[in-house]
Amino acid sequence: MDNAKNNQIVQLRNVVKRFDSVVAVEKMDLDIEEGSLVTLLGPSGCGKTTILRMIAGLEDCTEGDIYIKGKRVNDVPVHKRNLGMIFQDYALFPHKTIYDNVAFGLKYRNVSKAEIRKRVTRALETVRLPGVEHRKPAQLSGGQQQRIALARAIVIEPDVLLMDEPLSALDENLREEMRQEVDNLQSELGITTIFVTHDQREALSMSDTIIVMKDGLKQQEGGPEEVYDAPVNHFVADFLGHCNFYRCRITGREKGLTTVEVEGGQTLYSEHDEGWEVGEELELLVRAQKIVIESRTEEIPGVSLNIFPGKVKSRMYMGGEAWYFVEMEDGTVIHAINISRVAPFHEGDEVTLHIPPRHCRLIPKD
Amino acid sequence: MLKIKGWSLIRFYTILVYIWMFAPIAVVIILSFNPQQFGTFPMEGFSFKWYGDLFHNRTIIMAFKNSMILGSLTAILTTAIGIPAAMAFIRYEFPGKNTLNTLLLAPIMIPEVVLGVSLLLFLRWLQQPKSFLLLLIGHCVLTLPYVLLVVQARLVSIKRSYEEASLTLGAGPFQTFKEVTLPLLTPAIMAGMLFSFSISFDDVTATLFWATAQSQTVPVKIFAMLRNNISPEINALGAVMIVLTISIPLLAGYLARRFSRRLE
Repeated sequence: MDNAKNNQIVQLRNVVKRFDSVVAVEKMDLDIEEGSLVTLLGPSGCGKTTILRMIAGLEDCTEGDIYIKGKRVNDVPVHKRNLGMIFQDYALFPHKTIYDNVAFGLKYRNVSKAEIRKRVTRALETVRLPGVEHRKPAQLSGGQQQRIALARAIVIEPDVLLMDEPLSALDENLREEMRQEVDNLQSELGITTIFVTHDQREALSMSDTIIVMKDGLKQQEGGPEEVYDAPVNHFVADFLGHCNFYRCRITGREKGLTTVEVEGGQTLYSEHDEGWEVGEELELLVRAQKIVIESRTEEIPGVSLNIFPGKVKSRMYMGGEAWYFVEMEDGTVIHAINISRVAPFHEGDEVTLHIPPRHCRLIPKD
Repeated sequence: MLKIKGWSLIRFYTILVYIWMFAPIAVVIILSFNPQQFGTFPMEGFSFKWYGDLFHNRTIIMAFKNSMILGSLTAILTTAIGIPAAMAFIRYEFPGKNTLNTLLLAPIMIPEVVLGVSLLLFLRWLQQPKSFLLLLIGHCVLTLPYVLLVVQARLVSIKRSYEEASLTLGAGPFQTFKEVTLPLLTPAIMAGMLFSFSISFDDVTATLFWATAQSQTVPVKIFAMLRNNISPEINALGAVMIVLTISIPLLAGYLARRFSRRLE
């Protein structure tokens, strides 16, 4: 391959997948670095699982090429690709014991009986479930089954670990715990992992790289901070967290900041500048968590720009945080999320909003 | 009070239905121990006479052997055909799939008389004599739909991800079938074989057309015996068949349970 780099373990070039006339994946290029954890993030039907299944070989690609360790694998059948896959429903063989489940992949790899025993024991210790060898999958809890699935996949020392929404079948608390465990295990073993999820928190907390997808198209690729703080379009911003969006027009530059006029006529300052022309129509995006909300009487120290009066229209108390919907003078409603404070605001309170120019992102009009 | 009255009515009705269903069977079994030629109640004595006669009747023993061999071969053949066919229908896409599936299930809908005659005519057209092979083919046609239905239903419930997991772990398609799909299918295969055997063992209508003097089955033999005279031997034969057809599934169920318990 012309553009092969040594540390790229999985590469997709112009991969297209069509089911009859429906396009599931469109012109996908992907480079996955050895040892990294890459997340394919998107709503259901965005093609993320299809990509994973194509890499695994469970699905053919309609067009394009897939390379694993620099070798084109389009025509290599699943069982010869040396990949570990974790399924949403774990897919532990119900008729086999845990030992036989974990040992399954080793049987096809010329490993001696004694070595199999050693490696299975070690894998079960790695997932912190030693001593369950003789049980059947049905005798284990969901979280334990997930760990066995993990042990079964890593025991064969795969080139890449593929995980298809592995945590979505678990309940909230267990999911958090397993997420950390998978994350720790991945960095401990240094195993290249491709993780498919629709859960933004999973993606943000675990990934080295996030690939946000929609309708079979890659929307953005980057580190968690990058896709969260600098989304390239409306969809990415909206999918990752709670945002306020306003139609706006560039009006000029002042004090090193870009000035925009939003729909209601207000002028806002933004640190974001990509050399737009004056008059260009864009969309202003502000994350709900970045908005500072204070009572009308208090001064916000050291701040002179982007300060607006408003009135709390409704409030939702969420325990650790509070959501406020604040109505501005021009009638637009701003969604602000604040860490819960001692004296929270109530409906009807007069407040002052500060929108830091640093957090005013400008993105193409949707 | 009214509620209790309603329930006792239902209980009474249920008991009546059971009596209506099982009384004839019970009569057959009881009369088979009656030493008299013509059974009347109360019975005068108790004997195994008719069972003794039965075991010395060479033609009946022959028919019994035929039925057993035919039933077993039918069960083995239909599962051997039915498993790959069910795999194809459930796991793969190919043109004409639905039509073919309907065609394979058609023998259930077609009257057995038609099936019996048509296979016979087909054989005539091929200019082949009637034989045991014809009987075997016929019984396979009769029982294949049941095996297919049972195996397909089970296959639908076996998640595709088991097989996919096996493939990703390095097992080839054949090894995956052997190690994962087949063991998970076993209950359905057992049920299919049992169905197949008992339908074959039991069939009269179509078998009447296909059987030769050498390849008579038990039901056909009983039918022939009834035409000549009503011998109490038939009661004994009936009793043996009842015991067999009830005990085989029970035994199979028991073995299956013991087998699965040992696996755990």
